Amino acid sequence: MSSRWRWPLRVGALGYLGLLVVVPVGSIFYRAFQHGLGAAWDAVTTPDALHALWLTFIVAAIAVPLDTVFGVGVALILSRHRFRGAWLLDALVDVPLAISPVIVGLGLVLVYGKTGWFGNWLAARGIQVIFSLPGIVMASATVALPYVVREVLPVLQEIGTDQEQAAVTLGAAPLAVFARITLPSIRRSLSYGVTLTTARVLGEFGAVVVVSGAIEGRTQTLTLFIQDGIENLDTAGAYAGAVILAVIALLVLAALGRDRTEGRGRRHPWRSPSDPSPSGSARPLRSTTSPSMSPTAP
Amino acid sequence: MVDLATRPSGPVPAPAVPGPRSGRSVRLLGRVGGPGLVVTYLSLLVVLPVAALLSHALSGGLGAFWHAVSQPEAVAALKLTLWCSLAVAAFNAVAGLVIAWVLVRDDFRGKGVVNAVIDLPFALPTVVAGLTLLTLYGPDSPFHVDVANTPVGILLALAFVTLPFSVRSVQPVLAELDRETEEAAASLGATPAAVLRRVILPGLAPAMLAGAGLAFARALGEFGSVVLISGNIPFKTEVASSWIYSLSQSDDLSGAAAISVVLVATALVVLVGIGFLRRRFDISEAA
Repeated sequence: MSSRWRWPLRVGALGYLGLLVVVPVGSIFYRAFQHGLGAAWDAVTTPDALHALWLTFIVAAIAVPLDTVFGVGVALILSRHRFRGAWLLDALVDVPLAISPVIVGLGLVLVYGKTGWFGNWLAARGIQVIFSLPGIVMASATVALPYVVREVLPVLQEIGTDQEQAAVTLGAAPLAVFARITLPSIRRSLSYGVTLTTARVLGEFGAVVVVSGAIEGRTQTLTLFIQDGIENLDTAGAYAGAVILAVIALLVLAALGRDRTEGRGRRHPWRSPSDPSPSGSARPLRSTTSPSMSPTAP
Repeated sequence: MVDLATRPSGPVPAPAVPGPRSGRSVRLLGRVGGPGLVVTYLSLLVVLPVAALLSHALSGGLGAFWHAVSQPEAVAALKLTLWCSLAVAAFNAVAGLVIAWVLVRDDFRGKGVVNAVIDLPFALPTVVAGLTLLTLYGPDSPFHVDVANTPVGILLALAFVTLPFSVRSVQPVLAELDRETEEAAASLGATPAAVLRRVILPGLAPAMLAGAGLAFARALGEFGSVVLISGNIPFKTEVASSWIYSLSQSDDLSGAAAISVVLVATALVVLVGIGFLRRRFDISEAA
């Protein structure tokens, strides 16, 4: 297009991004540190803030490994076996991406809450899920469930089973095949998926707020602590907490960005709920690309 | 390695030959234990909750379902959510195209940073997103632009969280778009507007539609970023997800489930419809 349009487009695009994303995100850093580093430090070391940080850490420490094992398992099953209902398993994995986090939380309350399906059974055994740690872990694990599958599955499908079969015929045990052949080849996509899962678990709000009851000093994760701070005008704590999460988000972007420039092609940290391959939209144009330009080419 | 790149990405059949040295119990564990655990995990976290939503929504019969959905406050919340999501999906489809254009066709220092910034709304927790917008466009705005507690605030929050969808669906297609056709059209005397309308947009339309569909679906259910800036004023700035939240907090779980079902069904209809439209585009492109 003619260079006459270059500047207006550039200014429009950068202006929109700046006013919508860059300046707002920058402003919370300013607000968090405007009374000095000490004030920000004091705000995140109150007992409630420390508890929220600790709880968020615990939730991630449980939910991320669970999602990782599940994600690799589903990816292995979907890529290595043909069976009836494979499409259903594939579709069900994407459900948490397609529905509102609040609805995810509500669904868990309806199953595990006081009046839920398993409510009496759980209560009789003295297990409290909703308004307690297990519920928060389940809500976080549910919303972050698709990421590892969606990162690892395409790679497993791409590499095929030739090497694994060779190892098996040479007498390798299944675990050895997984550890020596499969795992090394999915290492990068797995770390990508785990990074996304962790980011989502640390930052989840909607699903957690429904199941947690947000009991200060007990079931308040960092995101709930931030929201509580805004509502109760304890903005110092809220901004300091928000800065912690924003820094984590920037680190995640940096990690993924470096990965991208290392030649993974167009990898983007989101995945559509309806269409597992965003590049599928380019189908009519595919014939013009050489195989070496395919997103998974080394 | 060449045939790996061209290998069809369908499921690959399992190796038929079992390891001669692998123990029977290990094989049994792999065959039954693994899939069993995966299905249990998925059932506990996804299948049962979704089933419970449907069952609770319809537990009181269709009458009760309709009663919950036709509450004035519910109707207002659903309407507001619907039009805000539509408006943002449409606006960001255009904004996303412009941004993708600048990222693909333009060249300037710091383009890599701009490219990374696109993903920031995705990586940033929604509550933090809400807080950032509230800081800049709320009561203490340094620009004296206060859109808190108004529908404009909702639009702003939705535009923020859906931005990556709109840009990232168009960007790869734009990068692969054949520029020779554009140059040919221009050399044959087509004005830039004609090139845009006749050559570029038809190639990008399926991707733009896909991006708009994803943005719409995301906007329908958005909660965290909206809740801080919208103020949740009933009949004015209360979106569907926050109405579901307040129903769930006041123990009207069946009502909350009913609204949820409507919301999920709307998103499904739109996504399926967009998929249908895209297939039609693809067919007409291929023909």
